[in-house]
Amino acid sequence: MSIVRVPVVEKILNANDQLAHQNRKSLDAAGVFAVNLMASPGAGKTSLILGTIQRLASQLRLGVVEGDTAPVTIDADKVIAAGMPAVQINTGGDCHLDAVMLASALPQLPLDELQLLIVENVGNLVCPASFTLGTHANVLIASVPEGDDKPYKYPNIYRGIDVLIVNKIDLLPYVRFDMQYFRKGVEMLNPGVATFPLSCTTGEGFDPWIEWLKTRAAEK
Amino acid sequence: MHELAVTESILDLSIKHARKSNASRVTDIYITIGRLSSIVDDSVQFYWDLISEGTICAGAQLHFDRIPARLLCLDCGNEFVLSDQLEPCPRCSSSQVKLLTGEEFRLDSIGIEVTEEIVKE
Repeated sequence: MSIVRVPVVEKILNANDQLAHQNRKSLDAAGVFAVNLMASPGAGKTSLILGTIQRLASQLRLGVVEGDTAPVTIDADKVIAAGMPAVQINTGGDCHLDAVMLASALPQLPLDELQLLIVENVGNLVCPASFTLGTHANVLIASVPEGDDKPYKYPNIYRGIDVLIVNKIDLLPYVRFDMQYFRKGVEMLNPGVATFPLSCTTGEGFDPWIEWLKTRAAEK
Repeated sequence: MHELAVTESILDLSIKHARKSNASRVTDIYITIGRLSSIVDDSVQFYWDLISEGTICAGAQLHFDRIPARLLCLDCGNEFVLSDQLEPCPRCSSSQVKLLTGEEFRLDSIGIEVTEEIVKE
């Protein structure tokens, strides 16, 4: 008997990454542009989705995958009431969606009829950042009442995003939030990331986000 | 927070590579974790003891190599290590920085026991 050291050098989440790659292929084959929407609980993920449906429904066919830690269909019900197909993934308490969960949700949607898919991740700023899903863009919603220090405290999630939405800007006059300090942190982690400050409540700033989605979906 | 899923991946990878090398037992697991990868060693160890039971990896020792988050200032060229919180360059206060290390998260190698005959083959 002898002891040998065997080199591996493999990314620990490689299996997830490979499945994410499969998801990407399925989405591409159907011509669907998919976004992974991440945020802390209460930042406005569902409000953003509903606001987006309201503005895009007449132009694009879009579907939603709702990730929730508990079997409550509150969010999915709202999307279906807005006339769009939605699938709920109950993570059974897990803190994030992963590629396996999305792979199980995709066949439940009429992908061939869709142009845009929004995947609402579990409300959490830590875990979703580590698990790729196979979507085309990672979108993070930060919101003004959460505070301007979040990029400094949760650097990992700010590193891997393609779009940053700063929601609830209508609250800026009432909440201590230094936009310059916030943006400086973001700039350190992810220079030049597309940023859309907006308010889901007043609709201010919503149009550039919609235009971005339309442009990207049209490229598919 | 997602250490169970992560530990399962470590176990799957280790078993795969152990089988490939005709291991009779896995004795050590060497893992590299970057400072920014938000993984807690103790939780991985806790789950490891539970889920490796009954596998070829049962009882294997986990070794964690922690890599600090190292930043390069793009303005003055200063290299510095991130302490607790993200901060601009301590020398020139620039926020034009690039992350050099700290996002690693990989299984580097495994220590295995093999029988002599198999080694000779």
